[in-house]
Amino acid sequence: MKRAFRIPGFSIGFVLAFTFAAAAVLSYFWTPFTVDGVDIVNKLHTPDATNWFGTDQFGRDIFSMIMIGARTSIAVAIVAVGIGVLLGVPLGLAAAARKGALLDEVIMRGNDLIFAFPALLIAILITAVFGPSAVNAIIAIGIFNIPVFARLSRGGALSLWTRDFVLAARVAGKSRLRISFEHILPNITNLLIVQGTIQFSLGILAEAALSYIGLGAQPPIPSWGRMLADSQTMVSFAPHLALFPGLAIVLTVLGLNLMGDALRDLFDPKLRRGRR
Amino acid sequence: MLIFTLKRLASLGLSLIAASVAIFFVVEIIPGDPARLMLGINATQDAVDALRSQMGLDQGLLARYWLWVSGLVRGDFGVSYTYHVPVAEMVQGRVWVSLPLALYALLLSTAIAFPIGILAAAKRGSWADWLVMGGTQLGVAIPNFWFAMLMVSILAIKYGLFSAGGFPGWEDPLAAMKALTLPAVVLALPQASILARVMRSSLLDTLSEDFMRTARAKGRSARGAMVHHALRNAMIPVLTIIGLQFSFLLAGAIIIEKIFFLPGLGSMIFTAITQRDLIVVESVVMLLVFAVILVTFLVDITYAMVDPRLRRRA
Amino acid sequence: MKRILIGASLLAMLATGAMAANTSITIGDQLEPPHLDPTAGAAGAIDNVVYINIYEGLTEFASDGSVIPALAESWDISEDGLTYTFHLHSGVKFHDGSDLTASDVVWSLNRARAEDSVNAQKGLFANIADVSAPDDTTVVVTLTTPTGNFLFNMAWGDAVILNEGDDVEALKTHPNGTGPFVFQNWVQGDSITMTRNPNYWGEPAKLETVTIKYISDPTAAFNAVMAGDVDAFPTFPAPENLPQFDADPRFTVIVGSTEGETILSTNNKMPPFDNPKVREALAHAIDRQAIIDGAMFGYGTPIGTHMAPHNPAYVDLTGLSNYDPELAKKLLAEAGFPDGFTTTLKLPPPSYARRGGEIIAAELRAVGIETEVTNLEWSQWLEEVFKGKDYGLTIVSHTEPMDIGIYANPDYYFQYDNPAFQGLMEQLNLTTDPTKRAAILGAAQTMIAEDHVNGYLFELAKTGVANAKIHGLWANAPTQGANLAEVYWED
Repeated sequence: MKRAFRIPGFSIGFVLAFTFAAAAVLSYFWTPFTVDGVDIVNKLHTPDATNWFGTDQFGRDIFSMIMIGARTSIAVAIVAVGIGVLLGVPLGLAAAARKGALLDEVIMRGNDLIFAFPALLIAILITAVFGPSAVNAIIAIGIFNIPVFARLSRGGALSLWTRDFVLAARVAGKSRLRISFEHILPNITNLLIVQGTIQFSLGILAEAALSYIGLGAQPPIPSWGRMLADSQTMVSFAPHLALFPGLAIVLTVLGLNLMGDALRDLFDPKLRRGRR
Repeated sequence: MLIFTLKRLASLGLSLIAASVAIFFVVEIIPGDPARLMLGINATQDAVDALRSQMGLDQGLLARYWLWVSGLVRGDFGVSYTYHVPVAEMVQGRVWVSLPLALYALLLSTAIAFPIGILAAAKRGSWADWLVMGGTQLGVAIPNFWFAMLMVSILAIKYGLFSAGGFPGWEDPLAAMKALTLPAVVLALPQASILARVMRSSLLDTLSEDFMRTARAKGRSARGAMVHHALRNAMIPVLTIIGLQFSFLLAGAIIIEKIFFLPGLGSMIFTAITQRDLIVVESVVMLLVFAVILVTFLVDITYAMVDPRLRRRA
Repeated sequence: MKRILIGASLLAMLATGAMAANTSITIGDQLEPPHLDPTAGAAGAIDNVVYINIYEGLTEFASDGSVIPALAESWDISEDGLTYTFHLHSGVKFHDGSDLTASDVVWSLNRARAEDSVNAQKGLFANIADVSAPDDTTVVVTLTTPTGNFLFNMAWGDAVILNEGDDVEALKTHPNGTGPFVFQNWVQGDSITMTRNPNYWGEPAKLETVTIKYISDPTAAFNAVMAGDVDAFPTFPAPENLPQFDADPRFTVIVGSTEGETILSTNNKMPPFDNPKVREALAHAIDRQAIIDGAMFGYGTPIGTHMAPHNPAYVDLTGLSNYDPELAKKLLAEAGFPDGFTTTLKLPPPSYARRGGEIIAAELRAVGIETEVTNLEWSQWLEEVFKGKDYGLTIVSHTEPMDIGIYANPDYYFQYDNPAFQGLMEQLNLTTDPTKRAAILGAAQTMIAEDHVNGYLFELAKTGVANAKIHGLWANAPTQGANLAEVYWED
């Protein structure tokens, strides 16, 4: 971990991502203003000393809403990545353990099939079927994380199955299942962490996009994407409404991507060689 | 090679069947009665029932699936519940917006990504590299709908440089291109960023390969080696990404088409979902999935031709 | 060479643009119609295109909401109010060239009231006992009971006259009416074009071409007007942008009235809303002015009952449900909910509902009522709320003119079942005398306001924007659809 902080990209990324994560956690205990009421009289104030980011069309404090919105974005993205890891990794490991067998074929073709569906479109379909909500947004985003992690862990596992320590374990009579979890999984965690960071940032973007078209978290739960959607018609006379939520998305995603890239450089010996 | 192709073809067929089943049944459980929607809020139940039987909605699920699939095979996509015109006809009009838009964006993305990717790789570690890497990080992080909002309010509304949206049709190619420019730019930005990064890292990979050292040792100039050897070898991953991006752009432009009110496939599906025009949703999603599966198939085959080692994998 | 070509085409573009400006107009609208047969669907978007412009009825609405002669130049009503004799204009032709005769009227009305009719407003024709055509220009309609507003009913878009024997399926995409505009072309998902009818029986349209362009997104609508892609947007969806248009000399903002009573519909059969005290508490928990200011940016007139304020029969009952959160809390406690309760608030797409919903949710929270807010598409709203009655609260604007009668239907989605009110409506139907009708309507308005059937919020304003050089657009919306024949460009 210490080595990671020596990469400037990682430090910048960490500071950005940590800021928003901290804001999300803090929002459970404190926000400058409460945002579950409306205050029409004070609507559309520009940023000042009281409302640091101004107020929205209902007179709510934008800074506070962004803090709570961070909660929504991060929660959705984390759970969506969790779905991908929890379902995708075992599938990938199983496929690698039975390489070439029917199981492998079925899992990989299933993956291809999910990849073939235009992700955003299917997310829209899913929320249209089951109704718009944060939970359904999570499911919609999570489904597309499954093949990503399945493919990654299969690829990583395949190269490990030919290694000596795995062969030794097989000779010792350990089952494929045990080998997968005791020997293979610990050795692909680096890969998973890097991909997890990237998928996390993609999840935040996807959540923003779904909320933007009204299919994510529902009011009154603040969400960055919906704040942008609500501000659309007012950009021309109240640009601060669109500016701050947009920046929040950009900076969070940027932070996560910088971290992910730095970690990949760190974990991938081939790239490290290239760095020399 | 023949066996490989046949195997891939069989899996292509299976994928299409699986996709059609998945799409049909997911779409069928979308709540909302198209007949009720067409007649509106004060329509009597009699009127709604009459319309339902007119539309064939009172038939069984399996019967409707069979009708739909057998129609698709014959190129008959059915008749839109909402508009009463053949879906194929509607798609035709829309394809000529979505396809050019996807190509335009792809072209822009490639035109931006190639030079800056090559520049960053050639001058690795320089300020130019640093700028490209930073810029592309930003390009990936900006949500394209937000970027679109900003572009429209600044470039189109404030300065009137581009049209804010709409599509005048291809009778006037100049106006049509003008209408597609801003959406294409918005779509191209994140794609160009990804592509430039792939270009750079792929070039760096090949530059460190042995044959490059050989080429330099044989007396090729750095620039000559770059152009003749590195670029050619770095193209494979880059072309894969371009292939992926094309299918993404074709189907993924929904939000952008909505913001710019372009009459494309994406906005058509979006409207169809809100109107419960199930037949349109099913058919167009199927068409897009078919396009993606086909592109993947073609890419696989091309690879196998180029690199025989890959054939064994399948 | 290429440059010259481009230059030439640019010149051509400019030239056609300049020439077309005086005789053609592009009008923006939010919702595209599903088809173009107003007698087979209630979608207001159908009427927005075809009503008066393409199809005409025996009577029609004027822009102030009064009923005026259309295809029928005059009529006689029998003493007992049961027989209407309509005298048709002569020389009226359908767009396909065939003559309008009395038998077209008979056919159209019989089709609308038939058993298997898909007319969405069958109720308009329910009292017709018989329609006959003694000669080519006379139609006699016999009613089962006197119907005070029969001429009003015949002015609806659902009662327009079609050409006898036309293939009604084909009409859905190629309408054939008698109006001042002829249908030209429909690019599904984009626009509909109609052109002036050179053989129109009345005053011909001033414009040569009218294109109606469909832009559902409010931002896109704003951009399109600003960029000049559309010349007018008669029902502009984003009231927050109107001050900008107002300040811009290129545009005029047209504010008029609609028939849209925007209400917080309440499921009267669902506990705890079956308790009148709870509904009363609800009424006092809502700050109408905050909703009008916050959701509509000031456009809208507060209402206290289900009637348009510009209607002569309107009674101002807003005092019965003044904003008083303390009283609301007290009423809730009396009703047995001192700590409030939780219910659902399901919102259709228009911004009055989405924004109004957020404000109402916050106001209800302040008196202890928690709402689970769900945003629905129209189709889901129709299915879950309107048909399924699976909701606690919803916000919707009832845009049909004079629709207080819906409260007499116990199966209507808010499920108000009051025999006294139903009696009033029966009495109203049998009354033709205007003063007596107004008295009955007054009693009806008071009854639903005192019962707090729904939360009465505001009368939707018609907020339109147009190029400042365009004249003759309807300011008000007495019904869905507006006559475009009088629209013209100032030189």
